[in-house]
Amino acid sequence: MKVWLVIFGVGVVSLLLRASSLVLLRGRTLPPGLLASLGLVPAAVLSALVVPELLVHGGDFRPLGPRLVAGIAAALIAWKTRNVLWTLLGGLGLLFGFGALGWH
Amino acid sequence: MPLIAGVLPFSMVAGIAAVQVGFTPLESVMFSVIGYAGSAQLIAAQLFGAGSPVALIVLSSLVVNLRFAMYSASLLPLFGGVPTRARWPLAYLMTDQAFALTMGRPDTETDPARYYAGAAVPMWLTWQAGTAVGALLGARIPPEWPLDFAVPLSFIALLVPVLRTRPQLLAAAVSGVAAVAAHDLPFRLNLILGAACGVAAGLWAQRAGRRAA
Repeated sequence: MKVWLVIFGVGVVSLLLRASSLVLLRGRTLPPGLLASLGLVPAAVLSALVVPELLVHGGDFRPLGPRLVAGIAAALIAWKTRNVLWTLLGGLGLLFGFGALGWH
Repeated sequence: MPLIAGVLPFSMVAGIAAVQVGFTPLESVMFSVIGYAGSAQLIAAQLFGAGSPVALIVLSSLVVNLRFAMYSASLLPLFGGVPTRARWPLAYLMTDQAFALTMGRPDTETDPARYYAGAAVPMWLTWQAGTAVGALLGARIPPEWPLDFAVPLSFIALLVPVLRTRPQLLAAAVSGVAAVAAHDLPFRLNLILGAACGVAAGLWAQRAGRRAA
């Protein structure tokens, strides 16, 4: 039940945002201040998702772990190649490698 | 084509992530069809796994997908002759990639709405196929593999290209620090708190930059 609430909730919200100007507002545009803050949202949200995954493990702040090193390497790969597959393979490969060497 | 190749692994991660937090493969596929929102699907799966209430999961997807409102506003002038009943499906198909391709279309293109549809439909098919494969694979992956790390890695692949301006860099830095500082909050509320601090810092930087210019 909860799964379907999530599915439909996320679906309705996503569709309304996508349709906002194209269908719902019809010609009325959003205020420029709001559009300026929207341009910052992806950077802020994604960073709030990524950084704790690299620095916090099992609920504890752990500044220098294998996930941080693998994550930084993956960011460099993403920056150089702009390729999701290489980013995933590089980051996961390093984390597997560190694990095999006993660094968890 | 290179964009589609990039979307496929991302969609598989979305399928795997949903299954690993307890979605059935069918629910995982329906989430892709109904939600069709890459980052929001991953975040919703993570929050669901952390036991967050539905309202908070939906609110987080709203925050993550706010960029669609910006795309919608930018695409509006290109959709002049398109009737409303065609605008709904075109809006539903909106993605970062379809938007970017349409804004960067060649000058010779006379029908931007058709061009947009030509970019958006293959993207949709790729996403649905990838999530389905991920959802079916997800149940077979040994739990001791650190595959959960694929989720933040996907976000890294999305984050790096949106760090183009100083305000965006500052927004990301402040948001990351705040999200780590607040990591003890329940239901991963540090996500929304961090994002709000980051946007506030970025807006401040935009204003300061304009005053200096």
